[in-house]
Formats: sequence, structure tokens, C-alpha cells
Amino acid sequence: MSQYLPKVDELKKELNEKPGVLKGDYSKKEWWELPFEFRDGNFCWPAKPEVVEELGFPNPRKWVATDEDWKLPDGWQKTLKDAMKERFKKYRTLKLYLDSCVRCGACADKCHFFLGTGDPKNMPVLRAELVRSVYRNDFPMVEKILKGFAGARKLDMHVLKEWYMYFYQCTECRRCSVFCPMGIDTAEITMMVREILQLIGINNNWILAPVANCNRTGNHLGIEPHTFKQNIESLVDDIEDITGVTVNPTFNRKGAEILFITPSGDVFGDPGVYTMMGYMLLFEHIGLDYTISTYASEGGNFGLFTSNAMMKKLNAKMYHEAQRLGVKWILGGECGHMWRVVHQYMSTMNGPVDFLEEPVSPITGTKFSNAKAAKMVHIAEFTADLIHNGKLKLDPKRNDHLRTTFHDSCNVARGMGMFEEPRYILNKVCNSFHEMDENTIREQTFCCGSGSGINAEEYMEMRMKGGFPRANAVRKVREKYDVDSLVTICAIDRATLTPLMRYWNPGVSVYGLHELVGNALVMDGEKKRTEDLREEPMAGFDDEGESDA
Amino acid sequence: MKKVLSPLFIVAVLALIPYVGVEYAGLDYLFGVVIPYMAAGVLVLGVAYRLVDWLRRPVPYTITSTCGQEKSLDWIRQDRIESPSKRWHAVVRVLSEVLFFRSLFRNNKAELRKGPDLVYGSHKWLWLAGLVFHWSLLVIVLRHARFFYYALPWPIGIIEGVDRFLDVTVPALYITDITVLLGVSYLVFRRLQDAKMRILSLQTDYFPLFLIIGIVLAGISMRYVTKVDVMPVKSLAMGLTEFSLEPPERIGALFYVHLFLVCSLAIYFPFSKLMHMGAIFISPTRIMLNNSREKQHKNPWNTPIRFRTYTEYEEEFRDKMKKAGIPVEKE
Repeated sequence: MSQYLPKVDELKKELNEKPGVLKGDYSKKEWWELPFEFRDGNFCWPAKPEVVEELGFPNPRKWVATDEDWKLPDGWQKTLKDAMKERFKKYRTLKLYLDSCVRCGACADKCHFFLGTGDPKNMPVLRAELVRSVYRNDFPMVEKILKGFAGARKLDMHVLKEWYMYFYQCTECRRCSVFCPMGIDTAEITMMVREILQLIGINNNWILAPVANCNRTGNHLGIEPHTFKQNIESLVDDIEDITGVTVNPTFNRKGAEILFITPSGDVFGDPGVYTMMGYMLLFEHIGLDYTISTYASEGGNFGLFTSNAMMKKLNAKMYHEAQRLGVKWILGGECGHMWRVVHQYMSTMNGPVDFLEEPVSPITGTKFSNAKAAKMVHIAEFTADLIHNGKLKLDPKRNDHLRTTFHDSCNVARGMGMFEEPRYILNKVCNSFHEMDENTIREQTFCCGSGSGINAEEYMEMRMKGGFPRANAVRKVREKYDVDSLVTICAIDRATLTPLMRYWNPGVSVYGLHELVGNALVMDGEKKRTEDLREEPMAGFDDEGESDA
Repeated sequence: MKKVLSPLFIVAVLALIPYVGVEYAGLDYLFGVVIPYMAAGVLVLGVAYRLVDWLRRPVPYTITSTCGQEKSLDWIRQDRIESPSKRWHAVVRVLSEVLFFRSLFRNNKAELRKGPDLVYGSHKWLWLAGLVFHWSLLVIVLRHARFFYYALPWPIGIIEGVDRFLDVTVPALYITDITVLLGVSYLVFRRLQDAKMRILSLQTDYFPLFLIIGIVLAGISMRYVTKVDVMPVKSLAMGLTEFSLEPPERIGALFYVHLFLVCSLAIYFPFSKLMHMGAIFISPTRIMLNNSREKQHKNPWNTPIRFRTYTEYEEEFRDKMKKAGIPVEKE
């Protein structure tokens, strides 16, 4: 095990230590008196100076959270306070959500980081209170007269460190917001704090490096155009080896009907690449006129975890490229935070887009009227429509070697509301789908524990703790139904649930939905299939078992 | 414990002030006329200011919390309340929050058992107590209208009639007097009993609860124990509604305790978390529609940005692109 991750038995012991979710004894203390410390496994590396410089962000320097001196610019308190004031003017949500919390505690045990750590400051109400206490102190309100009474405190180094720690233990998943009687959205507050911390150089390399890459090369991984193309071509070869079918993706092709954009993790990461193979098989199967861009080669948007302006800047490439290539509309791959941006922000930030058309499926003629303005359709909506209209030849038995469950991604669930399409598809492409506990799926789904840009190796201990509620729910369907495959529609999930399962539930693998679609598709001119896209044997398709298939 | 005892102490002092003032200093006019006008003014202007202050700030993005299926393909059933796509869907959503605490009804309780094993149990107590408490308060406030009218408006009459239908004491027992006490007691009890609630509660959470308990106890004592003569109370109340400056007739000090605590609550209201009463009607995650791909939502300050254009990108990678057979704009 790495120095950033305790052995699973140690973590189990820690969780078993005391019954109940809240850990530690707080009878004598107020929450603002509780100590916390940065140590291996509970903080991410700050952004490298050259990355900060490339982005033109303030205060590039070498530092780390455990340093005594964070080398902050003079007057950093004023910078932060001014930045907060400015944002209170721009966002009603911030002011409203800081003002209207009644501390009813309904959110307390809804946060995966609280459930995994037992740390009271991970209760969403207290996470917001970290800011609220400063807000009360520094903003003109009558409560200011009664400072001690209202729980106000000064913005000092202790508070700053607390912010850095706890606003990176929030993945902006918005589960707490579902339960809040006021609809308070902690993600709004987390986004603001992370954004203003950038102004004094408090940052995270796992977020800013992908942002810099995405800006320059078009994708988070920093893959240059030729390599991007090469890698997809190697997937084309793999598809040919496995199925005998040649798929023909095109790159930066003008005049294509549809521009397809997916997270770059699908092009380079394991197991994302199998999902990419699934998309390409699907497009070949229906003869879709589509192209992939090397310039807008990233569906994800780590700008969302950086600042509003950065999110807009990275997102702008999608429409820009769609216009240049002259496509009719954009089809988007499986991803979580990508769809938060595309669904809730894109058309406001970078629209309107009159140069694109209202999306219509060229195969079924279905109008996607729900995407009339943004002109971007989710692949699961697209595929569900194809299946519903009987346009796909599917053999779900080809996934009989898998026993599946489905993980709703936070952003697609609570920031888009897409629950039925992926389930419909999954039920059509496999025979073994079992839901997890109702308190852990759909709008109540748990985060993978590593979303919002904290998917860093050095953060592994926190990730395994934050992912514990999800892993716990998977363990139960594994025990009950022998589930061994966790299906998702998110590239971050594919990257993060894999180590999470290895840690808590060894033997469970992570799949993309369209990987299973790819397995099940009966292609014209295919060779006899015995292996899935991972080149693992399918059940009942070996030489003897084929007869009844 | 300081955070529980100090608000309790403050409420006790607040209750003593009018008692001493009326009983020993004869300040009936101050507590019966001046302070009520002042408190009403602060409440109305304060709440209006806070609401306007919120509403004048923009909501730049559609950030609906989608707690149900979006409107997508025709054959997929949309959850119109939890994923509203039309205005009236959202109106139903917000009203169900306001009237029935819909989101709180979802509440469950996570328990960590040996294993470790996380289990989730239904936990509707907060929802039930919250609902009983708020509805009782509303009914109580409404039936106080009888002090302000010669002839009681019929809707208030119906509410009052239902509230007293048990008819078990003299004067008849109001059911809401009991339920409001049950509700508020549970709300205090849970803050003290649960370790999570103990650590997250502030003095400002206990204070309004204690204040309301004080108001209710003073009110109940007047009606059922000391049986205050309601006629002078009614003439004072009617006078206030007509902006009269007449001094009140002699009423017991207990009444002034009740009234002064109500005035304290009214003055405290606009500057405190009690403003959640207004906030719940305008919470963007609940009032906004989930139609952000269907309709253009406008951000009034949409900051202009400069992004890296395709031309700049091709400039840097042209040779590599050409070698890889990727089409370029400029050969």
C-alpha cells in the first residue's frame, strides 16, 4: 500500500471503533475549536508554479499544505473578502444560502465525506458554516452587534487552512441539496471558495494541470492531435481483432452531420477505452455521419472546479469547433461533470448558437426538443431512442458473463435528471441488472468519493473514505446478487471507482454503459464472437455453447 | 451548555422587562403602544428590505436540483414536480416545499454498524415535528385576528372553530396550543439529544425556539390560568390597527410579557435565520425549471472571455496534424 493509503483493515477498524456516524468526542468543544491537520493522504499537491504561470493565475510558487508558511501575498484577507463581496453581488444563491440556513441538520448525515470520516466539519451545514462564520463577522448586519451570539469569527490563517481542507473534501455532488428543506446547494458555496482561493494562489495541481492542458491541446491529458488520432486508431485495430468489423472514425472532418465529443479519459484511460470502442461500434452499426475533433477533444471541464471564467473558456471550444466544421448538432459521450456544464451552463455561457440546428436523430427522425437551445444530446438519450425504435440488433446474452448494477453519477442525476435512459439501455443489453439500495441511487446517489478534481494519487486515503458509502452499497448487491460489474455513465467514475472497488470490494470491475452496448451489438459482417471488448471470454459463446445463442 | 443557557437567560430577561416596567413603573403606554408600533415597523420594513436585497441579485445560471426524471424522450415519463419543465410544475414543487416540507419528507437516518456497514432508516420525526410546529404557529397567528376585528371574517371563524372543536376546558382548549408546544419541544429536544445536532447548533438556533416557548406559555397562562379580561386587549388591538395613539386600559402584566416577547421576535425576525420563511419561496434550486438545454437562460453579467481559438491551436500543431493526416485550414 502506498504511504497515502492505510490498509483496508486499518480503515475498517477506524470505522468500527465507535458505533454511530459521528467520530470523536465533542462534548466539551465547539466546532470552531476542533483541531485538524494536514498529513499524507488528506491533501492534494498544490499546482506547480509553471502551471499557475501558464494560466496567468496569481502567486505561482513552490509550497505544500503541510508548510508552516504558505507564502501568501500581503493583504490576502482583503483580497478574499473583496472577492466574496463581488460574488455576493453576482450570485443570489450565495447570499440566500448563507442567510437562510436554519441548521435543522437534515443534511448532516447525507454527505459521503461525513459518512466516511465521521468528521463533524464534513456535515454540509458546518462546511457552509466555515464561510458563514466569516461572513457574519465581516459583513454589515445587525447580528454583528451580537458577534459571539451569532457565532462569528475573523478570517485568519486557521480559517484559511480549514477552508483549504474542507472545501476539497466536498465534491460538489449536491446530495445534501436534495434533502435540504430550503434547497441550499453547498456546491455553490464550495465553487465560490475554490474560485476565490485561486486569487491568492491556493490551488490543486490535479485540477489546474488538466485545465492548462485542456486549454493548450484541447484535452485534460495534454494529448497532441497526432497522438489523439493514433490512439483512437489503435482502438479501431482492437475492435477489428475482437469483432472482425472495421469501424471508420474521422477527425476534424468538415461537413459531418454530427460532432461527437467525449471525455478524453475514454480515449486514453483504462477502462474508459472500452466505452470508446462501444461508441464506435454503435456509430458503425447505424452508419452515423459523425466526426471527432482533436481541438475540442475533451468533454470534461475542470474549469468547473477552478472558476466561472475558466469553465466558460474551456467550454467555448465546443461551439467554436461545431461552427467551424459546419455540423448540425453535437452528441456528447458518457461523463458526469461534463454534463453538469453542458446541461446547466453551456448555452447560457456560450450560446445562443444559431449556426447549429435543433438536434434530430438521423436514424429514427426523433426530435430532441429538450436540447432545442443547447443543441447537444446525451449519448444515452440518443441510444435509448435507437433501441426504442428497434434500430439496433442486440444480443443481451453476450453480457451474460457479467452481473451488473448501475451507479448514477452525481451530476447527471442531480444536475440533469437523467435516470431512466441508462436503465432502459442497460436492461436491453444485459440480463442481470440489479439495483442498489434505494437510498444510494437515483437522486440519492452517492459520489464515487473522488469527483470535482480530487482524483489524485496523494489523496487516496480521503478518496477511499469518501467513496465508502458507494462501496458499501455495492458490497450489498455483491453479497445478495453476486454482482461483479459496476456500470456507470461517467469517465471520472470509470477512473475512480476502479481503485475504490479494488480497495473495498475486490472482484468488482467498472464498466461504461456503452461498453456493454458494444458487447451486445450484433454487427454486420462480424466474425464469431467469443470475447467481450476486454478480450475476456463471454459466457456460453465458446465453440460448444454457441448452438443455442 | 453556554450556548443553550445564554439564550434561555436572554429570553428570561426579555420576559422580566415588561413585567417590571408595567407592574412597577407604569409603562403601559410604552409596552402597549410605542414598542408594538416600532416592532411592526421593523418587521415589515426589515423583511421587505431583505427580500428586495435578495431579489435584486441575479441568478446567472440554471442550477435546478433535479430530483426526478428530466423531460426527454416522449415515451419516458417525466417527473414533473422534481424535474419541472413548465412554470406550474415549479409552482407545485415550491408550494409542496412550503406547505408540506416535501424535501424534508425524504429525510433518512444513516447508521454505521459493525462491519463496517452503513444502513439507512426512515426518519420522519423532524418532518413531522417541523410540520406540526409551523402549521400550529400559522393557525395561532391567524386566529389572533379575532382581536383585530369587530366581526370575525368567516375563514378565520372556521379555523378557530376547528381548532377548538374538542371543547374540553373552559374556555375551550385550542388544539394548536398543545401541538405547538409538542412540536417546539421536540425541536429543542433533538438539538440537545443528538450529538451531531449538539455540535452544529448555535445560540441563534436556541434563542428563537426559547422565545417562541415563552410567548406560547404566556399566552396559554392568560387564557387558561389567569383568565385575562379580553375586552381591554381587544380594544388595544383594534386601536393599533387604526393607528390610534390612545393609552391602553388596565390589562395584567402577563399580557405585556406576551406582547413584548412577540415584539422581540418581530424585531429579531428580519436579521436572523427566521428569514428562511421568505427564502423558501425563492430558492433557485427549487424554483428554477430543468429546461436549460431547451431554452436559453440569460446571465446578465456573462463575463466576456478570450479562449484559445482553433486558429491558434492549428498554428501550434499544424505540422504534426498534417503528418498524421488530419485536415487543416491552412496548408
